[in-house]
Amino acid sequence: MATELGPTPVKPASGTPEVHHGPKGVGEDNRILSQGKWASWLLAPTIVALGVVIVYPIISAIVMSFQKDAGLDPVTGLFTAGGPAGIQNYVNWLGQQCAAPGGGTVACPPGTLGGQFWTATGTTFLFTVITVAFETVLGFWMAMIMARTFKGRGLVRAAVLVPWAIPTAVTAQLWLFMFDFNGIINKLFNASILWTGSEWPAKWAVIIADTWKTTPFMALLILAGLQMIPAEVYEASKVDGASAWQRFRLITLPLVKPALMVAILFRTLDALRMFDLPYILTGGANNTTTLSILVINQIRQGFNSAAALSTITFLIIFLVAFIFVRFLGANVVEQSGATGKGKK
Amino acid sequence: MTTTAASTGLRAEQDKGRKTAQNREKWASVRTYISAAVILIWCLAPAYWMVVTAFREVGFTYDTTPWPTHVTLDNFITAFDTSFGNRFGQALLNSIIIGVTVTVISLIIGVFAAYALARLNFRFKYLVLGFILGASMFPGVALITPLFQLFTNIGWMGTYQALIIPNISFVLPLTVYTLTSFFREMPWELEESARVDGCTQGQAFRKVIMPLAAPAIFTTAILAFISSWNEFLIASQLSNEATKPVTVAIASFAGAQPNQIPYTAIMAAGTIVTIPLVILVLVFQRKIVAGLTAGAVK
Amino acid sequence: MKTPRFLLPAATAGVLAISLTACGGGGGGGTTGGGSDAEANLDSRGPITYVQGKDNSNVVRPLIEKWNAAHPDEKVTFKEQTDQADQQHDDLVQNFQAKNADYDVASVDVVWTAEFAAKGWLQPLKDKMAVETEGMLEPTIEAGSYKGTLYAAPVSSDGGILYYRKDLVPEAPKTWAEMMEMCSIAKQNNIGCYSGQFKQYEGLTVNASEAINSAGGSVLNDEGKPNLNTPEAEEGLNNLVEAFKNGNIPAEAITYQEEESRRAFQEGKLLFLRNWPYVYNLATTEGSSQVKDVLGMAALPGKDGPGASSLGGHSAAISVYSDHKATALDFVKFLVEEEQQKFFATQGSLAPVLGALYEDQELVSKLPYLPVLKTSIENAVPRPVTPFYPAVTQAIQENAYAALKGEKPAKDALADMQKSIESAGAGS
Repeated sequence: MATELGPTPVKPASGTPEVHHGPKGVGEDNRILSQGKWASWLLAPTIVALGVVIVYPIISAIVMSFQKDAGLDPVTGLFTAGGPAGIQNYVNWLGQQCAAPGGGTVACPPGTLGGQFWTATGTTFLFTVITVAFETVLGFWMAMIMARTFKGRGLVRAAVLVPWAIPTAVTAQLWLFMFDFNGIINKLFNASILWTGSEWPAKWAVIIADTWKTTPFMALLILAGLQMIPAEVYEASKVDGASAWQRFRLITLPLVKPALMVAILFRTLDALRMFDLPYILTGGANNTTTLSILVINQIRQGFNSAAALSTITFLIIFLVAFIFVRFLGANVVEQSGATGKGKK
Repeated sequence: MTTTAASTGLRAEQDKGRKTAQNREKWASVRTYISAAVILIWCLAPAYWMVVTAFREVGFTYDTTPWPTHVTLDNFITAFDTSFGNRFGQALLNSIIIGVTVTVISLIIGVFAAYALARLNFRFKYLVLGFILGASMFPGVALITPLFQLFTNIGWMGTYQALIIPNISFVLPLTVYTLTSFFREMPWELEESARVDGCTQGQAFRKVIMPLAAPAIFTTAILAFISSWNEFLIASQLSNEATKPVTVAIASFAGAQPNQIPYTAIMAAGTIVTIPLVILVLVFQRKIVAGLTAGAVK
Repeated sequence: MKTPRFLLPAATAGVLAISLTACGGGGGGGTTGGGSDAEANLDSRGPITYVQGKDNSNVVRPLIEKWNAAHPDEKVTFKEQTDQADQQHDDLVQNFQAKNADYDVASVDVVWTAEFAAKGWLQPLKDKMAVETEGMLEPTIEAGSYKGTLYAAPVSSDGGILYYRKDLVPEAPKTWAEMMEMCSIAKQNNIGCYSGQFKQYEGLTVNASEAINSAGGSVLNDEGKPNLNTPEAEEGLNNLVEAFKNGNIPAEAITYQEEESRRAFQEGKLLFLRNWPYVYNLATTEGSSQVKDVLGMAALPGKDGPGASSLGGHSAAISVYSDHKATALDFVKFLVEEEQQKFFATQGSLAPVLGALYEDQELVSKLPYLPVLKTSIENAVPRPVTPFYPAVTQAIQENAYAALKGEKPAKDALADMQKSIESAGAGS
């Protein structure tokens, strides 16, 4: 059976290259048209669902972001609509400018949300890079173990999902409880660290909690990728005398890469929007305010300015995703090419 | 393992070689068990603490004895107690209804879309992919206000669909991308050969491709279900007493006194909420294992 | 021409979105208040909804049952929010913004009143809609008012109490200086001296404002402008900064919210604790409490006498979008009647707003902290009453936290607070 199926998965797309990359003759054009019709039907539900729930709010936010926030009428003490703002909201965030008492703007003093934009951006990226790196490495390792055959594998697979199955709201409370000054973590390690009371411990607390919580996501996706590599491929390579490292580098990694890239891409997008964990653990103190926390704090102070911040966050994430897809090959379509991952 | 042993046996010309191989294998399996133990500890230790706390008397919430002390069932009773208006049982049911609906619908829709993206050739493919990906980039916290206004306008506040539809949209991008990436790896020539054998394209997809894609689909189902199960932000604003899911119910757990954080009851609720998921995974994990290899051998 | 067909649904959604934005109030918080909404439905009666956060000790439901039994045609439905103040706030904002007529009467935290009133969401409680405030403690009325008009009827109050160890301190300190002197007793007993709530969250605003107010300063002046560059404010904040520096406040207090500080005190690790009245019940009954029999209570220490507590509590406000305001008004009046106030106190340990109840023998025997609490509330200063409360509390928290951690001198922290609050008030 190894001879029958062995070569197939290594170049899985090789069976249908002509559909994607063949010369475009007249017949091919017709085929594309009819496939396009099919595709439009198949994709319509997805696009409608995303359109209603995601695109509508995005458009609404973008419209709002060009409005001034309501200001107080000094005579009546009531808020009045702010009117059009142009790009002022965006300029204020990027330049960390706040309204000055006499009109115009000044550099935001400490204690305003406006003064936190760039630190929040930095914090968000720091959290993203560290947590996604940890989660990828740990997740890969866990998946490799779980893919092996051993007694109690089912137990391990179920156990791995436990951290993820606990709702984030509970997870955050749980870690807050454990990171307490008199909590179990300080007790176990005989330490007296003020976990939520100073900058780096607070950051590590968030990173540890997030890594614990979301590694299963990575592990599961990678495991599913590993499951799709037939055992025969490994057999063949073992017969050929490949070392464990060689097998990992030359077989496992390339074959799991599509699944891995999707996992990393979505974890990155999620991490860039991290909210609950730092919000409950530290309240954003000690430089743990992420962009999402900044957004929700700003929503309480002024919607339109918050809408501008959401749009900026959206653009930042978009940029990251673009770089990802463009330069790191996280694009599921490009990998389908005949020159696919086998050579990369 | 057995096949490996057999093939090694076939190759074995010298006893020496076989012995080292067996030793290496033994060592490998020891390492596997050690690694598995490490994984178990890392994943379960905090959860263990959750369970231990869940069984502790409220007055001893902050006890740090590493094993259960002052054991009581009170917290679970508190969690399910309906006298103060906690409807935890109903909330559990709501979460299951929402989770299952979201999972089923988003998988069906997602399979359609992924099939189109992986198998069909059409213009604007990149645009569609970009659109789907772009939909998961907007900060979730900023979606609430517009959605609230939208659902208020059409009278959907507090309904199940107001909770299900946003959740579908949240899990769809991941679903589509995951499935597309797996579909790309499918040996599609099997589909071709099935069609040669007289199957229609639909039959070929159902009978040949779906079983092959089982691990991917079950994995994606679990991802979708857990994501919906964990959703809090939208539900906290759009649900009402009758439709609120467990995450919202837990957040409204209150101590007997204002300001008091009822950690023990929260942990009890967390324990209860985790159990269905673990069962789900134990049931599904066989499917995940089965999947491709089993299907391909047939 | 066929290819773009699959984009059609998306395009439709886009059009839908734009049209909804135009008529769905997508413009956000720019509601102009007063006007017609506040004039409408004043005499209308019918079923209403009462919205409140989590009913911790089951006081609201019995009261509503009582009301419903007496008013079968004007039944009240209880809409219970979560236990989290932030979520309650956001839920109210969402519903008011959507002009939801189902939120007739809402329980409003004292710090939200000004914001909601300025947004034009609350019915002014004057003229036809007036609520009798005779006999209510003055600071509670102040906290329910904005620009001299009552917008929310005080229903429950709350104030800080100084808990102390009777076995170690013979008599409670009256002033901050006295308390700091007594810290030597704590050192002899090898325990921490004083703590409040100093994590960066709302509780820090409470504690920092108390320090500033108790030293004779104030966060905002009478016109609602920040007033923090004063020697009094500096002295107040410095009291806390110094105490952190010399260890009178233990270092871990920088991570404390209410519960952590209560626990430290209950475990016998603190000599003095500033906290809310709820601690009394738990500290005297919880199995793990080490201070059951030695719990002393006093008013917060000030400069020369009792300090100025920050005021907590909730008020009942009527939405301008309510369809049945006459019923809503009657229900609000019902909530503040003595009988109901007493029920809140006995059943839910909620501090009443009627001064007379603090001398009620029956109540005092059940809640021995009432006399102390009365002093506390009478001397209380509402947290800054401003429609920009979220920005003001942010400014106080962030800068006070930096000062307590020794990252900048109190004076600079106050100057930054001043600038931040000025900027918030300047609008955009």
